Amino acid sequence: MKDTVKVTIIDREGLPHELDAPTDMNMNIMELCKSYELPVEGTCGGMALCASCQVYLESDTTLPEQSDAELTMLDQAFHVKDNSRLGCQIRITESIEGIVLRLAPR
Amino acid sequence: MVDTDILIIGAGPCGLFTVFEAGLLKLHCHLIDSLPVPGGQLTEIYPKKPIYDIPGYPIVQAGDLVANLMKQIEVFKPGFTLGETAQTIEEAEGKFIVTTNKGTQHRAPVIMIAGGLGVFEPRKPPIANLEQVEDKGVEYIIRDPEFYRNKRVVISGGGDSALDWTIYLKENKIVKNLVLVHRRTSFRGHLDSVQKVMDMAHAGEIELITESEVTAIHTGNNGHVASVVIKHATQGDLVRETDHFIPLFGLTPNLGPIADWGLDLEKGSVKVNTFDYSTNRPGIYAIGDINTYPGKLKLILCGFHEGTLAVQSAFARLYPNKKNVLKYTTVNGVSGF
Repeated sequence: MKDTVKVTIIDREGLPHELDAPTDMNMNIMELCKSYELPVEGTCGGMALCASCQVYLESDTTLPEQSDAELTMLDQAFHVKDNSRLGCQIRITESIEGIVLRLAPR
Repeated sequence: MVDTDILIIGAGPCGLFTVFEAGLLKLHCHLIDSLPVPGGQLTEIYPKKPIYDIPGYPIVQAGDLVANLMKQIEVFKPGFTLGETAQTIEEAEGKFIVTTNKGTQHRAPVIMIAGGLGVFEPRKPPIANLEQVEDKGVEYIIRDPEFYRNKRVVISGGGDSALDWTIYLKENKIVKNLVLVHRRTSFRGHLDSVQKVMDMAHAGEIELITESEVTAIHTGNNGHVASVVIKHATQGDLVRETDHFIPLFGLTPNLGPIADWGLDLEKGSVKVNTFDYSTNRPGIYAIGDINTYPGKLKLILCGFHEGTLAVQSAFARLYPNKKNVLKYTTVNGVSGF
């Protein structure tokens, strides 16, 4: 079993960051971005309650279905598109190897 | 003028517990919070969520923790200024005077900033001239429904608050006409409210425009809102004349006015000395999620510790010549005011 996967985060200036993401630390994308000091606030701590970690899914990675909590939050957020996701709700597992995500505007 | 020993900015868990620790040292506290009820994020963001890392509680709901803290500090009779934001700070005769956005003045020799995530403010949609039309037809909170009597109103949002106000304003025949704009076709509010809004739209009592967002606001010669541009996902731009535009997208925290209080900040947090959680301004302390220092962890239990140490330092500052030793509640009990 691999203990890291490659995750690409495109920042708000359009710059891609290829990150090594640990699969064994119970982390999510919001936390990964913070650990690499990318400009993601994660104000609510990962409870799908603030949308400050909104990202757009730009690869064809299959993600689990969005929870009610995530959809409810995205309903109140701005700059939401069909491929919007909350970074805090994307768990880092082997299945997201190669995922490409773009940070939504603040 | 409210006079107290320690003025606490923020009535979240750290602010509340600080009242207890201050009370043990016979110091009175008064708390200011921008929210209408105590509890901070625990009340506003996640009252029903479980917390597992409060020592001695294998699990506690956030709302219950706040209720318990309120009970614990009751004996020390804290004062509260709720629903007001601490705005300005001045120094006079060795004390601080903090004035809220509503003009309430507070005077204390020690300030404890326990502001958590900051001030909860309405989430504002990204519309270019939005701030110019605030209070000129754009309101984020409905304070008095009568204000909208016989007016044309556009509400934007898909949550309970957008649905509930739509129903209230129309059922009570307050507004002249009402347009509800929502980004998606379905709503995620309470099923009853969703059904009622759908029925109202069907009956032609309101205009419901889904798959749409308000993207621009036009004003009349007086600078007041005159119309809004609603961008539909497939049908292009729609324009609706209106007297008011009310975006209802919930609340989001910002550091708020304390950013201008002359405190050393780092990435939106207040820098403190971990000896006593004092800031660069003598007499002002910062505890809990609002502060930062090497090794900082944003945990409620760390905030409790920070508040405890900060009040010891505050006591020494207030009574430099008074002997003080740490007292155990088990030995001495708790005597209130």
